[in-house]
Amino acid sequence: MDALEIARWQFGITTVYHFMMVPLTIGLGLVVAVIQTAWYRTGKPEYLRMTKFWGKLFLINFIMGVATGIVQEFQFGMAWSEYSRFVGDVFGAPLALEALLAFFVESTFLGLWIFGWKQLKPAIHLACLWVAVIGSALSAYFIIVANSWMQHPVGVEMINGRPVMTDAWAVFTNNTALVAVPHTLFGALAVAGGFLLGIAWYHLWRRRHDGVDTVGADGRVVPGEDARIPGRDRADHNVWIRSLRIGAVVAMISFAGTAVTGDLQGKLMFQQQPMKMAAAEAACHDGTGFSILSVGNVGSKNCDDVVAVIEVPGILSFLAKGDFTTEVKGVNSLLPEYKANYGTHLPDNPIYGERAGQEIQYVPVMEVTYWGFRMMIGFGGLAALAALVALWVTRKGTVPESRWLMRLAVFGILAPFGANAAGWIFTEMGRQPFVVAPNPDPSGIDQVFMFTAAAVSPGVSAGELIASLVALTAVYAVLLVVEVKLLVKYIRGGVVSAMPELGHAPADENEDQTPGGTGGAKPADDVLAFAY
Amino acid sequence: MELLPTIWFIAIAVLWTGYLFLEGFDLGVGMLMKAFARNNTERRVLLNTIGPVWDGNEVWLLTAGGATFAAFPLWYASLFSALYLPLLVVLLALIFRAVAFEYRGKVDTDSWRNRWDWAIALGSLFAAFGVGAALALTTTGLPLNANGDREGGPLAWFSGYAVLGGLAVVGFSLLHALAFLALKTDGEVRHRARQWFVRLLPVLLLPIAAWALAIQFMDGKPWTWAAVVLAVAAAATAWLLARNGSEGRAFLALGAFLVLGTASIFGAVFPVVLPSTVDSAFDLTVSNASSSDYTLGLMSVVAAFGLPLVIAYQAWTYWVFRRRVSAASIPEAHSFLPAIAARAFTTKG
Repeated sequence: MDALEIARWQFGITTVYHFMMVPLTIGLGLVVAVIQTAWYRTGKPEYLRMTKFWGKLFLINFIMGVATGIVQEFQFGMAWSEYSRFVGDVFGAPLALEALLAFFVESTFLGLWIFGWKQLKPAIHLACLWVAVIGSALSAYFIIVANSWMQHPVGVEMINGRPVMTDAWAVFTNNTALVAVPHTLFGALAVAGGFLLGIAWYHLWRRRHDGVDTVGADGRVVPGEDARIPGRDRADHNVWIRSLRIGAVVAMISFAGTAVTGDLQGKLMFQQQPMKMAAAEAACHDGTGFSILSVGNVGSKNCDDVVAVIEVPGILSFLAKGDFTTEVKGVNSLLPEYKANYGTHLPDNPIYGERAGQEIQYVPVMEVTYWGFRMMIGFGGLAALAALVALWVTRKGTVPESRWLMRLAVFGILAPFGANAAGWIFTEMGRQPFVVAPNPDPSGIDQVFMFTAAAVSPGVSAGELIASLVALTAVYAVLLVVEVKLLVKYIRGGVVSAMPELGHAPADENEDQTPGGTGGAKPADDVLAFAY
Repeated sequence: MELLPTIWFIAIAVLWTGYLFLEGFDLGVGMLMKAFARNNTERRVLLNTIGPVWDGNEVWLLTAGGATFAAFPLWYASLFSALYLPLLVVLLALIFRAVAFEYRGKVDTDSWRNRWDWAIALGSLFAAFGVGAALALTTTGLPLNANGDREGGPLAWFSGYAVLGGLAVVGFSLLHALAFLALKTDGEVRHRARQWFVRLLPVLLLPIAAWALAIQFMDGKPWTWAAVVLAVAAAATAWLLARNGSEGRAFLALGAFLVLGTASIFGAVFPVVLPSTVDSAFDLTVSNASSSDYTLGLMSVVAAFGLPLVIAYQAWTYWVFRRRVSAASIPEAHSFLPAIAARAFTTKG
């Protein structure tokens, strides 16, 4: 592997990893804010418990997103200095604004929320969480503006060989970003929905398994109490069934949201990056059909190697254009166009290193684009379907006794994560061999593009990149194990693990923390232990 | 000299100063976790002084980096790629440190806490050292060719200035943390922090003063020399104030020292943002490394509203958590985890 390939692996690994934490942060943050609002308005103890429990898990995960986010900003300059020089005038601004307008808000107000349970009035405390949640959505907006410019460069003029921003409005309202932002936010909510559903299912199952909850003759749940464990009372049953239903509804709504916005994205992709569209279908020839299953080597250069086993005619046209008859160009039609517009070989320029003069591979790795596209849709759809089934199965207030169903619900948490990762891998690898993709459609500025081969830092050695790839991957792997272990520990502990006060003086739960009350601050209450 | 690039040079100097002022003390508090705190209660006192604010402080680093990318892409690209390995160390240090803050209290055993305490202490130390080395090298120069790429291999950046800059930020952070602890805690910790501050000030400020002076001898201008003199006066004032028990004012005087010191350094090197030690013709300057006026203008408008707002709500955070933390306000460890279902996945239903 040369420096370019190592740098790409590093960017891919660190980004996919970072984007396991981020969707959960965005989605769960919003859910916790809604639940705390419900507590503020109704004063019902189960909402406080839900806020604390899901808030605890939110924080365990949040910090990992923060910690791995800094790597993202730094590695543009560290590993991709030519890219940074080329795009800095237009790409740097959304990154700087993300830090200035989103990260500050998110981190500062989350700090206030974590530590301000006693110091702030309940309304202000709640408002802090909302501000932090809005901050995290804003950060998604800014970073997707930056990414969308790589997919669809707008608002610039080429001056001295570099794109220079001339129209900020065009950059910040890039149509690619305007559909990718809601798509990503719905994707994040789907993650949160699955998370709530799986964990709540586990706790409902556990209550039945331990004989706390029973089922009456009519099939309805009869919630009980477990005197041995603090907080495992009737309200606890409410915590989980409500969480489960919220999670299921969120998962279904967000799948619908991702479908609608994803459809809009498909239509833009058809105009802006036709090769990605063709690669998503592994289509050599022009056509209208969408294959659900293909056999053979989808990555093969020989079209006859790919046989679509199940193909639905018209669907690909619908994804691309909104009708059932438009022929979507296959790789064979597109290749000559790309070669004519952007050349057949990389220029003889030292910036390309050993790759100077090599033939350009315009077709992305089709095994990845083809299956990435289907995994995204498949995992997302499965999660939504499972959520619907879960709502039906739990209509009488609890889950079945089956251990296997419980395991399925818990492992189902991973499905929306998989959909998110697959979607991003598809869209980024489908953009290759470009790091900034040219747009054949007049909506883009055609000659603004950059080959990935030209983007890597010329001064950085392969050895340095290997060192960082190994170090970051190893550290990330260890931290993933730690995070999952902690999550599992606190999930198993139940509400009391996030609310130790339940264990000490159950009666205080409401007296001390009524939303309207002052939360009388005793010196010993100056406790910052919600987090640490 | 073009106006907008100059404004952004100042803005970036302000962001770095803000970063060193704010994260300076939380990095320092992190480093003191092992050397200063004597038991778990004291460690929790230390953590609780910075708990609500450290993450917001760290965003100053991200903003300084992002603003450099946006305003001076060539500076950002050359500096970050040339310092690949030291910045990797900074990243790893910041990762461990951030995770350690959050996770150290999540399992109630001494070995668990001890491990994360080391992560906080060493993470803070390496982060401060690396940031200091990078800042010093951007003022003293790196072996850059005409394209702005590093020549001479992965360690070509290394020089005495890297060590000096690293020690400068480590020393300042430690001292700043002692001033902060004296201001934010009560009881034994407060007393000891003030004592250490008075005793250690000359040693801990020596490297940063040496860096500022070295820069003056290379590129000093009359006003930057004056800033150095004022900085030394501010440090002396901080020492006197701390000795007389005015902890708040001592903290502010040390802040004034930092502002004057960074102003003297950034002011002296201006308009060069990153000198090349290969050939001064390859120096990156405010004019040849900057973005277009259009981009800088856009950023100026946003920053003119955004930055004061950030300062306002961060200041409010410090106001909300203004109460001193003492050992008495630290409760029992908060780990109450009855294993409801420790073996749910393995036992037979």
